[in-house]
Amino acid sequence: MNGRAWKNMASSDANLLSLITASRPGAAPTLLRSALPVVVIVALAVMAQVVLKGLLGGYYADLAITIGVNIVLAVSLTIVNGFTGQFSMGHAGFLAVGGYVSGAVTYYFSLTQWGSAAAAGGRLSGMPLSTEGLAWLGAGDVLFPVALLIGGLVSALLGLAVGLPSLRLRGDYLAIVTLGFGEIIRVVIQQSGPALKTPEAAEQAGVLGMATGLGGALGFGGLPKYTSLFWVVLFAGLTMLVAYRIKTSTSGRAMLSVREDEIAAEAMGVNTTRTKVWAFVIAAFFAGIAGGLYAHKLGVALGPVDAGFQRSFDIIIMVVLGGLGSISGAALAAVVVTMLPEYLRAVADYRMIIFALALILMMILRPKGLLGVREVWDADLWRGLFRRGKSAKGGGK
Amino acid sequence: MDQLLQTLKDGVTLGSLYALIALGYTMVYGILKFINFAHSDIVVLGAWLSLTIAAKLLALMGIVDPPAWMGAVVLVGAMVACGAVGFTIERLAYKPLRGAPRLNVLITAIGVSLLLQNTGQLSALFGTSPRRIPDLLPDTTLLSIGQVQLKLLDVVGAGTAIALMVALEWLVFHTKIGRAMRATSHNVNVAALMGIPVNRIISFTFVLGSMLAAAGGFLWALKYQTIKQTADSSWVLLGLKAFVAAVVGGIGNVRGAMLGGLAIGMIEQFGAAYLSSSMKDVYVFTILILVLLVRPSGLLGKATIEKV
Repeated sequence: MNGRAWKNMASSDANLLSLITASRPGAAPTLLRSALPVVVIVALAVMAQVVLKGLLGGYYADLAITIGVNIVLAVSLTIVNGFTGQFSMGHAGFLAVGGYVSGAVTYYFSLTQWGSAAAAGGRLSGMPLSTEGLAWLGAGDVLFPVALLIGGLVSALLGLAVGLPSLRLRGDYLAIVTLGFGEIIRVVIQQSGPALKTPEAAEQAGVLGMATGLGGALGFGGLPKYTSLFWVVLFAGLTMLVAYRIKTSTSGRAMLSVREDEIAAEAMGVNTTRTKVWAFVIAAFFAGIAGGLYAHKLGVALGPVDAGFQRSFDIIIMVVLGGLGSISGAALAAVVVTMLPEYLRAVADYRMIIFALALILMMILRPKGLLGVREVWDADLWRGLFRRGKSAKGGGK
Repeated sequence: MDQLLQTLKDGVTLGSLYALIALGYTMVYGILKFINFAHSDIVVLGAWLSLTIAAKLLALMGIVDPPAWMGAVVLVGAMVACGAVGFTIERLAYKPLRGAPRLNVLITAIGVSLLLQNTGQLSALFGTSPRRIPDLLPDTTLLSIGQVQLKLLDVVGAGTAIALMVALEWLVFHTKIGRAMRATSHNVNVAALMGIPVNRIISFTFVLGSMLAAAGGFLWALKYQTIKQTADSSWVLLGLKAFVAAVVGGIGNVRGAMLGGLAIGMIEQFGAAYLSSSMKDVYVFTILILVLLVRPSGLLGKATIEKV
């Protein structure tokens, strides 16, 4: 509430603003308070890159990056599937769009401007310094977040294009449209031409040629590998922060009310279509970011398969198991679902069968997912667990 | 001219298949108001069961050149087996969720779909490599106009699909149980008050839809011969297109599903022939988006107002 008032003032009149901040001492601390979590997240991300990476070692650091990407995906899908109760089944489509767009940006920018597609990152990207400048940064460390943002924005725009026609209708149409969307993205990527290898070829092809040279069915190989623990922790933290801020805000309440009863929400003055479309666009944005992180990860060759429905199902499983609407639940489920196959190699063939059965049983026995809309730190979650008789409030309905 | 005729023929044969599968989606949606995501997996199951039955039967009897009735035996076998599977799924997975929020039923359907896909992939069942169904029909050409050949396969395929649809039409509109189905789809609660055994009708609908899906799978196998593994993405696309057909025709409307199936088959084939064949999946979804924008209730569907 305070934040919004603050912003409105800022845009209207700077003089008035100084007057008001002087008379209302609460305004400045609010700004500080909202900036604090971001500072903490950045600090955590630096710590992860500097301290944790060494402690974990190569294999586990790599696994941690995968987990981080999956957390961004699961938490962003929670905003649609969990908060608004709509059902998007093409989240991997947005992942692929973000990945391909940001990949094309870093790849072709590096190729045409720096003459080589190799990474030009600094310590933030987990590389030794290759260029002069700030002690910590390389030129690629600036390019990478810009590319991620572009990928996220394109993804969000597509989300708007897909969401507007389908979200006016009931939720199950969205499921079909998004599932179709993911498959279309897959087909379209398959039609793209081979990636251009040399700066000269890229110059000659022009922007359009570069935009269609995405590797086709073979996958978009040779991207600079910028993704490090720093970036992953940073964006996983930011995604969770944004999701949490949305959940506790007016618009988040509107989303939850759409989920509970669309007609009642509309009667209370909630613009249901706008609420749903916003949630969908935000989720698409973060899925695009996750795609960028995934595309630039070491050992990944981004391919058309990444847009397919199987990838989308993986993300859905995380969201449903964690609890429809629980941010921490989705993040936890992302950790578990990513790590399980690593440890249960023996049952790898049965992995999906087990998840499918878990999905069915969960819907019958515990329809709101493990945590429901609650978070790990909510007190009543634990009270409910220990006092079985009174757990009906969250569990049984 | 040749191309037009060829495309027309392809459109009808493919469209009748889509229509057959769309019927299962539309019937379940009409009664339970949810998208049965597992429906396309029943189609796949039908295709693989047809293959297994055909291969086993031929090996058992030691015939290389199967008689004409063999196809019918395989078809009925696959339909009965899939009907049983559909019944089991409805009882175990969907029935406990009667009255649960729509989202939960949808998630369960996705769970069932994943379960069928991944169980089918096990090497003990169908495995992960594509297989070829034995030839059940001789490769005869009935009629040729210019370059276009009308084969026995096309006629039998489209004929079976149309015969099944006529049978369904009769069942839904001219029998007692069909009347009960329509009543249940109109309003479950009122139907129950009128003494209709709603649960039995729902089970019956699932069995009926699954049998049509099995027939669709059988005809698909007959038409394309090579059957891909159960979790292949082409199956998901097939199911999606059939669902789009149901939406285009007006979801919940039996005649609409038939019309929509034909329309989608035609659109896909004409788009592939005259525009670009690699983008044929894209046309279908463009049509879906257009229908949702312009006429969300479909060609034959009635617009309903949601009341509190």
